[in-house]
Amino acid sequence: MSPEMIRLIASSTGETLYMVAVSALIATLFGLPLGVFLATSGKGELFAAPWVNRVLGVIVNATRSTPFIILVVAIIPFTRLIAGTSIGTNAAIVPLTIAAAPFIARLIEGAIREVDQGLVEAARAFGASPLQIVLKVLIPEALPGIVLGLTLAIVSLLGFSAMVGAVGGGGLGDLGIRYGYQRFMPEMMLAVVVVLIVLVQAVQSIGDRLSRHLNKRIRHG
Amino acid sequence: MNAPLGYLGDQPSQRLIPAEPIIRLEKISKTFPGRDGQPVTALREIDLAVPQGSILGVIGRSGAGKSTLIRLVNGLEKPTTGKVIVDGANIAALPESALRHARRSIGMIFQHFNLLSSRTAADNIALPLEVAGYDRAEIKARVDELLALVGLSDKRNRYPSELSGGQKQRVGIARALATKPKVLLSDEATSALDPETTRSILDLLSRINEELGLTILLITHEMAVIRNIAREVAVIEGGRIVEQGDVFEVFTRPQHEVTRSFLGDEAGRVLPPYVQKRLRQEAAPGSQAVIRIGFRGPHATDPVLARLARELGIEANILSGAVDEIAGRPFGTLVVSVPDASARQTLDFLKLHGLDTEVLGHVA
Repeated sequence: MSPEMIRLIASSTGETLYMVAVSALIATLFGLPLGVFLATSGKGELFAAPWVNRVLGVIVNATRSTPFIILVVAIIPFTRLIAGTSIGTNAAIVPLTIAAAPFIARLIEGAIREVDQGLVEAARAFGASPLQIVLKVLIPEALPGIVLGLTLAIVSLLGFSAMVGAVGGGGLGDLGIRYGYQRFMPEMMLAVVVVLIVLVQAVQSIGDRLSRHLNKRIRHG
Repeated sequence: MNAPLGYLGDQPSQRLIPAEPIIRLEKISKTFPGRDGQPVTALREIDLAVPQGSILGVIGRSGAGKSTLIRLVNGLEKPTTGKVIVDGANIAALPESALRHARRSIGMIFQHFNLLSSRTAADNIALPLEVAGYDRAEIKARVDELLALVGLSDKRNRYPSELSGGQKQRVGIARALATKPKVLLSDEATSALDPETTRSILDLLSRINEELGLTILLITHEMAVIRNIAREVAVIEGGRIVEQGDVFEVFTRPQHEVTRSFLGDEAGRVLPPYVQKRLRQEAAPGSQAVIRIGFRGPHATDPVLARLARELGIEANILSGAVDEIAGRPFGTLVVSVPDASARQTLDFLKLHGLDTEVLGHVA
């Protein structure tokens, strides 16, 4: 493998990590409150607003059911508005974030709903406000589940990021298509796949370990 | 074991005249919307008063409405009609923010403890104080005090998963007491514990009641809890209070079927199987009357059967018996049989001596 190729793989890996990290961060910023709200705004819940809950649910589902590659193309005007351009790595962050935010919201909603309702009742009984219940009870108790959810979201983003080559987003997927497939360099394709496998493994094991560390429900030996 | 009284003793407000009850439920009804559109009535026309400093137990089967009842007191449930007066304020009518404030003076403990798994024992106890906006030094001092009170100073940094059921409930009690409430609500707090641990938790609650002058309202389905700790009892069935009063009075002279059923499994109330099998409602030639005698309070240790034999020449067969304690007072039950011919005379004699009697039937 030539030094030139290694340099290409390294810079593509950097682009992928950049896109995934920034989009995961922004998507969490939107997804966390959205997820908490979805989990607490049903009928009779802390922030009961059943209609808003239903409307948000429909929007989240619609976004999640749109195939990613179609989303990328469909929102090009919006991407141009936000990023100033519709091509390149920064532009790719916009569709990645929009695809990941509702996904993260659903994962966080699930983690919050796993929290024993008895804890919410106890917190209400000692005079906690709904916001205090969210910040001091629901999120800390759901944290191991939230971390696992975010891990899953990051792994999915690694997969999605391979598709943004379509808008010149760069990254490992783009490299694999352009060199491995179009220029018929199987060793490049193989290298890209190996790097992605290593990245996914690393993200997953860090996430698992962090979640286990945060989970005090299980005794640690 | 018991530390001296005096937490409230030096306060001039310690009243000598019967005070306004600290919890008063007035004509409470609660209806839930049912699944099939038919409303379900959980509570009907409940009147209940809990005097300051007392321990009142509400006993009932599951589904009798006791969970709903206790949740009304801190506003976790709102009554459909009626008033819930706690320490002078109508909890049912308070706006949400005032209600949150009022809840700081109403502690609550739960069957499944409801501790945060992500916080240590000390941090669980600190939570209500954080919520109430205490500063860090105050919280630390108060948590230390509470850990000592419940005997868990050495477990302060343990997570709930590292504690036994009894220890978890002690943390729950400490958390409930953190904001110095006037009232403690206990929602089946010992139902998930073994009998020995139950005993130690009840002892702790009694001690808190005596030392801190804290009023305790508890709900349970266990007779043992009422017998060991409560001074007053209300029996709830089908959303109504069917019997209410001093624990000893209610359980030594139960008026309602449900009350009797809770006593059923208590010592001395159950006939031995060989008697039960032969028991008939009708007298037959040569049969004997089976009489249950209840000894209450001062009569519990009277040698009444010896006198029955000596004074009337009636010899009673003892079929079963037990002496027990309800609310700290001795209570005996004896089941005897006497010849049918002497039954009338025996009953008169026993009543004359102030004993409760009941003819259960006849055995051949």
